[in-house]
Amino acid sequence: MSKDAVEALSLSAITKRFGELTANDAVSLSVRVGEVVALLGENGAGKTTLMNILFGQYTADSGTVRVFGDTLPPGNSRAALDAGVGMVHQHFTLADNLTVQENITLGVHSLMKPSLGRAAAKARIAALSKKFHLAVAPDARVGTLSVGERQRVEILKALYRDVRILILDEPTAVLTPQETDDLFATLRLAIEEGLSIIFISHKLHEVMAISDRVVVLRHGKVAGGVDTKDTDKNALAAMMMGTDATAPEVSPAKPGAPLLALHNVTTVDVGSVPGLKSVSLTLKAGQVVGLAGVSGNGQAAMADVVGGLLYPKDGQVVMGGETVQSWTPRIAVQSGIARIPEDRHKTGTIADFDLVENAILERYKSPEFSNGGWLNWRKSRAFADGIIDKYDVRCPGSDTPIRLLSGGNMQKLILGRVIEANPQIILANQPVRGLDIGAVNYVHSQLLAARDRGAAVLLISEDLDEVMALSDVIYVISDGRLSPEFKRGEMTPAQLGLWMAGQGFETDSVHAS
Amino acid sequence: MRLEPIKNPTLARKLVPPAIALISTIVIASLLAMVAGANPFSIIGLILKGSFGSQFAILETLNRATPLIFTGLAVAVAFRAKFWNIGAEAQLYAGALMTVLLGTGVLPWPSFAILPLIIVVSILAGAIVLLVPALLKTRFGVDEVVTTLLFNFIFLLFVSMLLEGVLKDPMGMGWPKSARLIPEARLPRIVDGLRLHWGFGLAIFSAVCIWIIQTRSTLGYEMRAVGLNKDAAAFAGIPVNVVIVKTALLSGGLAALAGFSEVAGLKGSLTLDLSPGFGYTGIIVAMLALLNPLGVIVAALFVAGVFVGADSMSRAADVPTYLADIMLATALLLMVLAIMLTRFRVVRD
Amino acid sequence: MEIIEILFTASFWAAAIRIASPLIFATLGELICERAGVLNLGIEGIMVAGAFAGWMAVYSGTGLWTGVCVAMLVGMLFGLLHSTLTVPFGLSQHVVGLGVTLLATSSTYYAYRLALPEVTSPPKIEAFQPYEIPILSDIPLLGPALFSQTPLTYLAFILVGGVGVVLYRTPLGLAVRAAGENPAAVAAQGLSVTAIRMGAVVVGSGLMAVGGAFLTMSAFDSFFFEMVNGRGWICIALVVFGSWRPGKALLGAVLFAAFDALQIRVQQTSLGTHIPYQIFLMMPYFLSIFALILMSRRAEVPAALMVPFNKGER
Repeated sequence: MSKDAVEALSLSAITKRFGELTANDAVSLSVRVGEVVALLGENGAGKTTLMNILFGQYTADSGTVRVFGDTLPPGNSRAALDAGVGMVHQHFTLADNLTVQENITLGVHSLMKPSLGRAAAKARIAALSKKFHLAVAPDARVGTLSVGERQRVEILKALYRDVRILILDEPTAVLTPQETDDLFATLRLAIEEGLSIIFISHKLHEVMAISDRVVVLRHGKVAGGVDTKDTDKNALAAMMMGTDATAPEVSPAKPGAPLLALHNVTTVDVGSVPGLKSVSLTLKAGQVVGLAGVSGNGQAAMADVVGGLLYPKDGQVVMGGETVQSWTPRIAVQSGIARIPEDRHKTGTIADFDLVENAILERYKSPEFSNGGWLNWRKSRAFADGIIDKYDVRCPGSDTPIRLLSGGNMQKLILGRVIEANPQIILANQPVRGLDIGAVNYVHSQLLAARDRGAAVLLISEDLDEVMALSDVIYVISDGRLSPEFKRGEMTPAQLGLWMAGQGFETDSVHAS
Repeated sequence: MRLEPIKNPTLARKLVPPAIALISTIVIASLLAMVAGANPFSIIGLILKGSFGSQFAILETLNRATPLIFTGLAVAVAFRAKFWNIGAEAQLYAGALMTVLLGTGVLPWPSFAILPLIIVVSILAGAIVLLVPALLKTRFGVDEVVTTLLFNFIFLLFVSMLLEGVLKDPMGMGWPKSARLIPEARLPRIVDGLRLHWGFGLAIFSAVCIWIIQTRSTLGYEMRAVGLNKDAAAFAGIPVNVVIVKTALLSGGLAALAGFSEVAGLKGSLTLDLSPGFGYTGIIVAMLALLNPLGVIVAALFVAGVFVGADSMSRAADVPTYLADIMLATALLLMVLAIMLTRFRVVRD
Repeated sequence: MEIIEILFTASFWAAAIRIASPLIFATLGELICERAGVLNLGIEGIMVAGAFAGWMAVYSGTGLWTGVCVAMLVGMLFGLLHSTLTVPFGLSQHVVGLGVTLLATSSTYYAYRLALPEVTSPPKIEAFQPYEIPILSDIPLLGPALFSQTPLTYLAFILVGGVGVVLYRTPLGLAVRAAGENPAAVAAQGLSVTAIRMGAVVVGSGLMAVGGAFLTMSAFDSFFFEMVNGRGWICIALVVFGSWRPGKALLGAVLFAAFDALQIRVQQTSLGTHIPYQIFLMMPYFLSIFALILMSRRAEVPAALMVPFNKGER
């Protein structure tokens, strides 16, 4: 690819504060025409804030944004779009009730224009999807599309507007390794067309694969910028984290008795999200079972079945040798299952409850915290204070509403709530999503410690690296089906990736472990 | 613009917006009175005088506050669990209906047992009236806002039908009016000679009970959890639908007590104009009280004061009494805005 | 059967269409608000305000159409109040809506008392008269029912098509529908969610007020307290019944009105003398609730209905 010296985009000395937090501290960044710049950094390093400023969703406290030499007015998404900046958000910004074409053309025409110009739009979308290898059905309702298809719509949305600079925020988080390759192929086509790309990620191997240059953000500041060819993963990791953070050592597992087993469990589909299809799985004491897979392939159903929220349509849940008859979260918790939910904000905690109320959330009915329908606040407070102490939850006090805590501290409270219940089984659903590396290592080491004390752990994660690092046994889930059991180290990421993409299931769809 | 949560609001932050809301309400009411030809500076004084200016005025205000405490509690309990009960009016009439059904001497019960029986049956009636929308919500996913609103109209027609039919007082000279309660079914006065009945005491007692339930009991904890975050509550094992139904039963029962207390304490018989919208006004009371059961008492006194005061102000200054409703609507809208501004700051992007 | 006979009279269907007209205006208004993601419980009060404002304007000497415009402007004013509180400030749509209903109702009654003190029976105005559309009104049954209505009724029917076209065939409608489904999608395309939602609520409230004005300026010729009598709440049910689609909402409004017209007529038959009239009056409300039960599982609710949008929030 050609490397013009023409500067497509330059951000200079951008500073943005949210109250006491400085999200961006004098950040400067420039992108040349036809260049892929990777913006690397942990969660909370300020990547998304910076891009929201560039895209006019936020106004910077100081600093300027220039696109092809012209300064953009602050806080104006429209101006950014008109200047040729397009953004593919991490959480898709699509309206499910509109068709693909309607989503793509939304806001392209003046709102006062009397017609949609459907025929012309359709032809243009067809041409673009052919040129950039982005297959979509323009008349399909977006609500019916898969995650991969939705991302293609997002990219087309930007291309339809003739963007010159394309920003992709964690685009591979929802893709299989194979889909990621397709995405990269599309991006290379875009570069040949003279686009510039900012690729936001924290996955080092992807950054190495696609980018020309890497800019690393740490705590809101630029920690360094290098040409990709002059660096390697280790150097980038060190730059990103500031220290050589080490993952916890994993000792060999000593599997014990089976504690919970699913036998040919089938659940109903929810909309376009598949349920489980005759899945069998056993959780044994002292073992971490990892469930890898692309988001939306039945992980939610698996978590709901194990967590007590969903009773199988077909098949059995066996606990302690007996098939469970009635199955609710309360029964699951009482039988020794502790759960770390996927979304700590939406399901794990109640934002306006204080730490005490959140600490007893799953067990407020147990004799430990209540008696005859009356809560014992003294014991509850002592319990919460204990967690705050032991798990180093940073907060002004246990009477603070939990919404004022950072994600990491929120997760520590949940972790404490889970582990202090002394569970036999721990369901950890995306336990480290959105946490910084220190918190990640802390959560992982606590899960492993629980395993070593004899708990069975079911780890559900979309991060293949996490699953491979922690699990003694790995299953891959795809379209509600479970792969055979793989032992630690038995499979390479690429092999697991094939299973994640649904290959290998055709011949034998049912496995008992 | 964007709203940004304030981590540690200062005392001024907590007090200034509500104060401005209150002052604005007064200013708006005064200006409207001026439009009606009254002296704008005398209006608030007249209202205060009419509501708290004499023993008679105070008793009148307390009497008016009594049903509002009940309906305010009913709404506060329901809204806390995000169950939008806009049908307190219907539940109020359900309670009133039971009171005249049982209190007109049809039961051969000993006199000491009649009032407790009427109270229990009234609560049950109100609870059942609200049970229907609650079940429609939990079973069929039907939005309770519309169903409870429509039930108000249905129930009022039902009461009207009974008052023109089987419940019609043969001595009523043709008016759609029930027979009078027997003395044993009347709520006695708190102090002899003062026009204030025990319904007020029952209202205060109910508010304290609800406050204890909300802060100390597992049910209160469940109701608050369901209201704040249904998904998290369900995940934690709280049976969300059961809690909603329990909330509805409690809320309906409280609203029914308003009807009971009006009939047994004040009116002595049932007419179609028993409630001048106490059920709807309960929403204002509950919101002004920030859904706090003890706050409901204060808010009900405030709202009752505005109504009673506006009645006498209207006579003195020749301003339509609807000014009271305008004041309350304005206070409601400005207060929800003010409360939000105590927690969030408006910032430019 | 007397009931069957009623169903085949033109006057019955003419009454049904007349009863449906205010509902159509208000239902369309609510539908626009909800499509953009805002539940507008101010509807009941806005209809009261519109009924009074339009009638009062004509009573003070303006033309009928000017009166309709005055009603619409008053409705839009309350819509502006509602949307300012619920959209940029994100306050509870339930509470604000009920507050707006109370404010609109009470300020209307206040204004009425100020304008007409010491009036026992409200004065009448020269209301819209039926206009027989040439040729079409000669069609048997259909003609007198559909084409001998007042101009406001024709406007209601035209608006159904108009709102449908705008929602489904124009960039503006696209933006409104997207704002009610996923406001982030609207913001990401450089449009202002706040402006779209506020605009929808203001316009929708204007239509609600015209629905109210229909009562005083077309169906009747004067203003009474309590004349809206829950019609606003029924319109909210009709929006659900119509699955947030203008055409289906029209169908729902006409069905509902036909039922209402039927119960009025049945009251006067031999059947009606045996049953208390309150039973008949309850029927429309029961019908609304029944329709809600029927449709609630099937309807496609706008996903972001009642969800405030705070720009840049993650």
